[in-house]
Amino acid sequence: MEMFKGYDPGKFYDEMFGSDGVVRSHCAPLLEKFEKVDQRDFLARKANSELYFLRQGITFNVYHDNQGTERIFPFDPIPRVMPAHEWEHLEAGLTQRIVALNLFLHDIYHDQQILKDEVIPRFYIEQAKHYRPEFRGVDVAADTYIHICGSDLIRGGDGVYYVLEDNGRCPSGASYLLENRNALKRAFPGIFESLGVRPVDSYPRDLLNMLHHISPRRDGDPVCVLLTPGCHNSAYFEHCYLAREMGIDIVEGKDLVVVDKFVYMRTTRGLVRVDVIYRRIDDDFLDPVVFRKDSVLGVPGLMNAYRAGNVSLANAVGTGVADDKVIYYFVPKMIEYYLGQKPILPNVPTFLASEEADMKYILANLPDLVVKAANESGGYGMLMGPSATKDEIANFRERIIADPRNYVAQPVIALSRSPTWCEGAMEGRHIDLRPYIIYGSEVKIVPGGLTRVALTKDSLVVNSSQGGGSKDTWVLRH
Amino acid sequence: MLSRVANTLYWMVRYVERADNLARLIDVNQQLLLDFERLDSERLRGFWQPIILSTGDEEAFGKLYDDTGSDEVIRFLTDDPRNPNSITSCIALARENARTVRDQLSDELWEELNALYLFSRSPDAQRLLKSDPPRYYENIRRSAVTFLGIAASTTRRNEGWEFMDLGRHLERADKTTRFLDVSSYLPTGEDGMEEISRGILHWTAILRSCGAMGAYRATQREINAQGVADFLIFSKDFPRSVRYCIERVDISLHRISGTPRGAFSNEAERESGRLLAALNFGSTAEVFETGLHDYLDALQGRFNHIGGEIFETYVLMPERVQTQPLPKPPTMSDVAAWQQQQQQQQQ
Repeated sequence: MEMFKGYDPGKFYDEMFGSDGVVRSHCAPLLEKFEKVDQRDFLARKANSELYFLRQGITFNVYHDNQGTERIFPFDPIPRVMPAHEWEHLEAGLTQRIVALNLFLHDIYHDQQILKDEVIPRFYIEQAKHYRPEFRGVDVAADTYIHICGSDLIRGGDGVYYVLEDNGRCPSGASYLLENRNALKRAFPGIFESLGVRPVDSYPRDLLNMLHHISPRRDGDPVCVLLTPGCHNSAYFEHCYLAREMGIDIVEGKDLVVVDKFVYMRTTRGLVRVDVIYRRIDDDFLDPVVFRKDSVLGVPGLMNAYRAGNVSLANAVGTGVADDKVIYYFVPKMIEYYLGQKPILPNVPTFLASEEADMKYILANLPDLVVKAANESGGYGMLMGPSATKDEIANFRERIIADPRNYVAQPVIALSRSPTWCEGAMEGRHIDLRPYIIYGSEVKIVPGGLTRVALTKDSLVVNSSQGGGSKDTWVLRH
Repeated sequence: MLSRVANTLYWMVRYVERADNLARLIDVNQQLLLDFERLDSERLRGFWQPIILSTGDEEAFGKLYDDTGSDEVIRFLTDDPRNPNSITSCIALARENARTVRDQLSDELWEELNALYLFSRSPDAQRLLKSDPPRYYENIRRSAVTFLGIAASTTRRNEGWEFMDLGRHLERADKTTRFLDVSSYLPTGEDGMEEISRGILHWTAILRSCGAMGAYRATQREINAQGVADFLIFSKDFPRSVRYCIERVDISLHRISGTPRGAFSNEAERESGRLLAALNFGSTAEVFETGLHDYLDALQGRFNHIGGEIFETYVLMPERVQTQPLPKPPTMSDVAAWQQQQQQQQQ
């Protein structure tokens, strides 16, 4: 087809074409296949894949939208392709990172050696919104805190992969990664032949193995459940999907009950003991006795059972401290401190508003920076300096001065782009990558991850709540 | 199986069955009217009123509509979102239930129900309902039976299946009695038809609503009140007869508890056993002695009793066996909905 004719990679790093406009060698076979598909056929297949998502109910709810309507997560059929050596590099970097993060969390919730050695100022930890000092001294199963991590990676104009943030609480999106592959296989079955694309379907198995691994009970098969906030949650589809793929029960808080520090679920045959909870509820809502008193989503007494070691949670309580964007700044230092290694994957340069010199720089350069609240996600609480209005900038300036601990700033990184079908033409759109790292008896990372794409022209925000879509991600065998 | 999941599967299937039965009822009544000549609006009313009365929703209907014309009744029963028992409401409820137990359903099963839901809310469906109602209702019915067919061929025969089967047969028994009950409300008198042929048309319509025409003909020659009531209440092998449905309910209940049939381990089983005995040994003579309407009314009461006891036994009981006092079970409230949303999970 002619769809790639006239495609302009622009001045960005394009995942498919070099700056000279020549296709990158690892993408050449894919391009060749797509060129054999004519445009009408392409559009029909694209429409079919959208129908597939709708019929499957692979939708999300948008908050702040009173319609309560379900939308499909827009899917672009042009995959993002990654050669084997790039993936090996990412895999090594992500493994190093999750190991260091877990050592850090163990330390923070035990001896706090890293604070005593003044690698991280104590103030930052104690002021971290999601730090749970009441859980100091509690041992967790397998000594692992973050069992599932979704680290967001971006690629700059230099072609270098950076870690943008780590999501160590309840990262979502893995079901989209799996369903994107299904959708693409249905839409373009011919494309996969002979291209050597690594499969992704091991994810649910890896997840289940990890849950078994952290079970407190060693005899017999542990009972694992997925704890969901309920069907009004935007990620409910994913909760059901993963529970079904793993063959475990999906439960709501009201299905569980704690008796004598053991957790049970209410079944038609009475109470059945639960050993491992893959929870998709934040700490705050887990147990109304300990955290938010008004939570009706949680399980009263759950924390007692957890402290007693009678039930394991994935992820553990208190991992949010590592998600804090200020703590993120220290991850490379953690890697050096705990592992004595150089970080394989660099952070994006980050300025901390509570450091005097950084604060000065931030305030002087607001229109050129991205400012982020330390504990927001989903693209909320963020200032994109270059596209912000004067009022927005003034507003953020006030907020930063009022609460420096909770703001960081980063230079704007021109995210790499990937050819994307946009209303009648192939155009470059910015993308990121979220791999899902599972830390069980060993570290497992499903090849690739979820590639999110900012569908709005020139936008750098890939979040689904802000007009983002996604693509299938191909890691090649060679 | 989680109590909540059992309860949800049961209701999911009940709602699908309800939508299917309503579509049958409306469709047949519309076609029946084609057989009558010279119908003015007064007489039309006479044919639609019984439908509303038989569904038991006359009060809700009265609050929403002034008139009992065909347009109003059809609207109310088909796609009025204000009527929680309209076809589209039932489909939406079935789908909402399915969504919360999505992990228990095969992909095909979910897809069929979701497709039915999407159809019921589409502009295409609106147009079809106006231009070609029989095809509209046929779409609904086809999709509902496809759903049940997929369920039958892709669901493991475990507890979940038994709860689905319970829901289906209890709902079906209830709807069959309501179809029969339509006759209790029909107007009498002059409408351009001979009394006898009018009766035949009516009983024929009821048989057709139940998809029972062929099956009935194979066993009985005359179409009359006695025959139809006998067939739809007491037939031991017609899958929409009350007796057949209650036998299935009894079987499912005993499979769930593991108690041998003929004995009981909970109130639901006891009541289903009693009712089944009454149907096994009952006769139309009894029915007409009591009066058809009163007899059917009593049956419906007993179905409700069984449904209530199922809920008591399998959904509420697990809480009762607690040794410690439990906090009040949280009900799905605005607070919960709000918190679920607050839990943005947008990481």
